Amino acid sequence: MKPHNIQFELNGGKVALIVEPGDVLLDMLRGKLGIKSPKVGCDRGDCGACTILMNDKTVRSCLVLAVEADGAEIVTLEGANSRKWTRKLQKKFHEKNAFQCGFCAPGVILSATELLEKNSKPTVYEIKKAIAGNLCRCTGYEPIVEAIAETAKEKC
Amino acid sequence: MPITTEFEYMRPKDMDAALHAFSLYGEKAKALAGGTDLLVHLKENLSLPEMVVDIKALDELGGMALKGDALRIGALVTFSDLIDSLLIKRKFPLLWEAALTVASVGVRNRATLAGNICSAVPSADSVPALALYDAVVLTLSLKGGRRVLISEWFTGPRKTALRPEEIVTALELKLPEKKHAGCYMKLSRYEGEDLAQGGIAALAFSDNTYRVAACALGPKPARCPKTEAALNGNKLSEKLILKAKGIILEEVSPIADIRSSREYRLHMTQIMLGRALEIAVARLSGKGPKYGTENSC
Repeated sequence: MKPHNIQFELNGGKVALIVEPGDVLLDMLRGKLGIKSPKVGCDRGDCGACTILMNDKTVRSCLVLAVEADGAEIVTLEGANSRKWTRKLQKKFHEKNAFQCGFCAPGVILSATELLEKNSKPTVYEIKKAIAGNLCRCTGYEPIVEAIAETAKEKC
Repeated sequence: MPITTEFEYMRPKDMDAALHAFSLYGEKAKALAGGTDLLVHLKENLSLPEMVVDIKALDELGGMALKGDALRIGALVTFSDLIDSLLIKRKFPLLWEAALTVASVGVRNRATLAGNICSAVPSADSVPALALYDAVVLTLSLKGGRRVLISEWFTGPRKTALRPEEIVTALELKLPEKKHAGCYMKLSRYEGEDLAQGGIAALAFSDNTYRVAACALGPKPARCPKTEAALNGNKLSEKLILKAKGIILEEVSPIADIRSSREYRLHMTQIMLGRALEIAVARLSGKGPKYGTENSC
């Protein structure tokens, strides 16, 4: 199969590499670029563990071809410093013990980042809707929702 | 999980190149927009294309515009685009509400309305709303364009009237002439990724006419003309809802599967119909729950 040269921005730096048409973005990030915060969970778009920001929107990186990243701007939790809410969310998650095994946390925090960037005063209902696609098997969600709600109350 | 099937990838910048690819590869070409279904199919070897045509660089497939009473929604418009659109929220609130029930934010950011009707699963949340707004699917091939009524689009589960050499370029919805309000009720087990076990959409008009459609309650999503006929011309009442609940059972044929039994789906069809009608009528007079809330059973 014909390989493709792609270039994109990853956490503020430029990346250029050669990919096969069938390479998946999640596998490329983890396997070739050493970006380990997006996790391989269900690998079919259901669980949200592989969530990344692509052109400022959360996407399931397990459902994106690597070649589609050409020209895109990609942010993972490793690049959290570039987003105004992400570090605050991380701190608050830590404070509220809002993750246990941590497998879902990168995805949840990026979903919450996207929410707060669009709506800095979300209701609990809106928070629940925003993270509905991120499955957590440890916390029962309550501390996650609290952590996001309390982050939103802080000045940014 | 790696994709084991081998295919070539192209991202044409002009429509002609895209259409030539579909003409050349036919059924062996797959259009890629959001990829939220296609990638799953590729991973599970349910789809074995030789050429994947990424249509996202085709600018003419983007955008939404209302001209007269015709709303054009380009094939690249995602569910998040619909939700973020004031035009959709104000003029086509039922579609807006249905869009909010599709999967999760991370999927909606990529998944397109056109992709939803091309995947053509019986549980497609957008389709009852499309049916009630008299949608037409616009397709294009080297031979020219076609307009296919949404009622004729679905030919069976996961099957559509799309020809191998064609792509969907847009959907066209008709703005109802009269003032209307709607409601989409979705039967699902949890927020997020759950597919509808059943869905009922209703539109209510100020002259006591109604439109009703169902998804996941038969091999293809469809309007319920007998139920509509029984409702039309009457003010909504408990008695009328009871009558409609009896009639809609003649128009749905749900399956039994791992998610629920046929009997449960039939029972919930009636519950959803009653709630959808009541909420739609309440919204017509400015009451009832806000769109996008309280619409899951």
